[in-house]
Amino acid sequence: MLALCLGVAAGIGGYTFRYAEGLSYFKTDPRACVNCHIMQPEYDAWQKSSHHQVAVCIDCHLPHDFVAKYLAKAENGWRHGEKFTTQRFVEPIVVQAKGRAILQENCLRCHGDIAQQIAGKSPAEEQLACTHCHFGVGHGEKAGVGGPLTSVERPEH
Amino acid sequence: MADAGRISGADRRGRGGSRGLDCPLLTNIFERKAEQRAPYVRLVEVGENDTDPAKWGKNWPAQYDSYRRTALLTKTRFGGHQGSEALPAEKIARDPWLKRMFAGYAFAIDYRDRRGHAFMLFDQEHTERLSKPQSGSCLHCHASIMPLYRELGGGDAMKGFAETFKLSYQDVSQKLHASGHAHPVACVDCHDPSNMGLRVTRPGFLIGIQALAASDAPVPALPSIRQWREGGRQEPYDANRDATRNEMRSFVCGQCHVEYYCGSKMPLTFPWGKGLSADNIEAFWDETKFPHGEPFADYTHAETGAQVLKAQHPEFELWNQGVHARSGVSCADCHMPYMREGATKVSDHWVRSPLLNVNRACQTCHRASEEEMKARVDVIQQRNYELLQRGGAAIVDLIDALVQAKTNGTTPEMLEKARRLQRRAQWRLDFIAAENSMGFHAPQEAARVLGEAADFARQGQIALLGGVSTTAVAAPPTAAASATAGPPFASVSPPAAPAPSASARP
Repeated sequence: MLALCLGVAAGIGGYTFRYAEGLSYFKTDPRACVNCHIMQPEYDAWQKSSHHQVAVCIDCHLPHDFVAKYLAKAENGWRHGEKFTTQRFVEPIVVQAKGRAILQENCLRCHGDIAQQIAGKSPAEEQLACTHCHFGVGHGEKAGVGGPLTSVERPEH
Repeated sequence: MADAGRISGADRRGRGGSRGLDCPLLTNIFERKAEQRAPYVRLVEVGENDTDPAKWGKNWPAQYDSYRRTALLTKTRFGGHQGSEALPAEKIARDPWLKRMFAGYAFAIDYRDRRGHAFMLFDQEHTERLSKPQSGSCLHCHASIMPLYRELGGGDAMKGFAETFKLSYQDVSQKLHASGHAHPVACVDCHDPSNMGLRVTRPGFLIGIQALAASDAPVPALPSIRQWREGGRQEPYDANRDATRNEMRSFVCGQCHVEYYCGSKMPLTFPWGKGLSADNIEAFWDETKFPHGEPFADYTHAETGAQVLKAQHPEFELWNQGVHARSGVSCADCHMPYMREGATKVSDHWVRSPLLNVNRACQTCHRASEEEMKARVDVIQQRNYELLQRGGAAIVDLIDALVQAKTNGTTPEMLEKARRLQRRAQWRLDFIAAENSMGFHAPQEAARVLGEAADFARQGQIALLGGVSTTAVAAPPTAAASATAGPPFASVSPPAAPAPSASARP
């Protein structure tokens, strides 16, 4: 009886994991980040941003050493999963303090050589964030920040 | 009320999670995936004659739910009505200068605070303005009227529309109720029933925007018109064919939230043939003649005899003068911001003040706290309000002076000059007073227009004293300024502006 119960639980659990594409979270494919739908606008906007060609989600949003990376993945995954499943969150969603620090470190990981004098002291939390000014690099610019509208957005007929 | 936008969060929690006790997580994931795959399920067919939103609500329950909330009473510092089920408070009692200004026009009888979309037809049917003859044109915007236009025009809505100004309001209203389409603005007015795409239906808008496109007025906020102008203008501009998706998110609102003539002497007219600013529209009206040849005016002022204009609610026009429009922010971005229902993103159809929904309406772009955003708006509106009240005082002084001048031997020429200045002052004051954002849609433009309003009113007083304003500067003869400067009156014009940037860009 016990074995049956455990078997059913494991079966459903395993199927849920597979159905929810659990394994995709161990990869680097940005599409995994839109599995749970909530990141769709961020994903869409990233495709229009200047960093689209050079960085995927995790390049900016996760630490780059193995242990810290999987800790951050686990923490974010749990929080996002819990909030989305229970639908308890306020939009627009914003990056949290920990996430901002990771982001800043990743800006400097690539651009540190030229940004050293601007970024100044560590730790990252105390620096003026690169994205404070360059907030359009990852997810495109908000309407209008790039200047007046052009006719280019007109659909083809 | 500030948290009202989050109601949907509570709604969402009620759904999904608890179904299927055995494996709630699996069913939750299944539901979200299904929602993303099929944002809606078409349970019933809807067509052009389905004006009842309840039927559309079967297919699009999330949108319908929020649409129904327009029946809730909301209030901000300067707009709306809350607290009782009775008719909203009288604006003309709160600001008596409005009543003075409207003497001789039905708005001096009854002019109240606004309520949500759900009340648009009911409130119109119950206004005391109907104690005076009103034209059938009013229903262009207050009801889901397209099927009736088609019926009256033998299938051609434009023809039906062209007939209704001759009929009385009561006449058209009775036909509307008989036809079964007596609904306030409905889904079909903005959505194509075959694919749910946005579209504009109102003849007044289609004709007006065509005239705007054909003019050479700068339209920095309307890229498709610029493109149409550059593209050779073979066929007349058609908003439904030429406009961008983003523009459509404002055009659907611009079908009604605009300035127009809606009396019984000529068809409903959107005065956009010279551009969208207060000066452009004034110039358009100044050149307009009624079919019998007399110059255009909305009414004759009962106390002074001036031929004056009545501004309706030029939200679309004022928005066009502001930085939000120029930055590509549409009406719907702030008044119907996106919200989430499960895995799908829907536009909030509870159309209301962004101040009641700062989180979604403002903070998607502005990275400042809710308190800060509200404080910024409050500063803009407070300044506008103060200027407006000063303008109100100035217009009352001019009306008083004119009334007095009629009996004290002032020459007819001086009286006429002052009356024409009353028309110009009153038009500007009303343009900002009737506009429903208390200056927010374009703060600097609103202040400019109000500054001119007070100046013209005071110039009118000076004219009655036999003087000329010594501070007045003649306008240079440029095309843009000819709209600003009517012939005999002093207007202050800016030095030549640097080349306009927007239209010159590739």
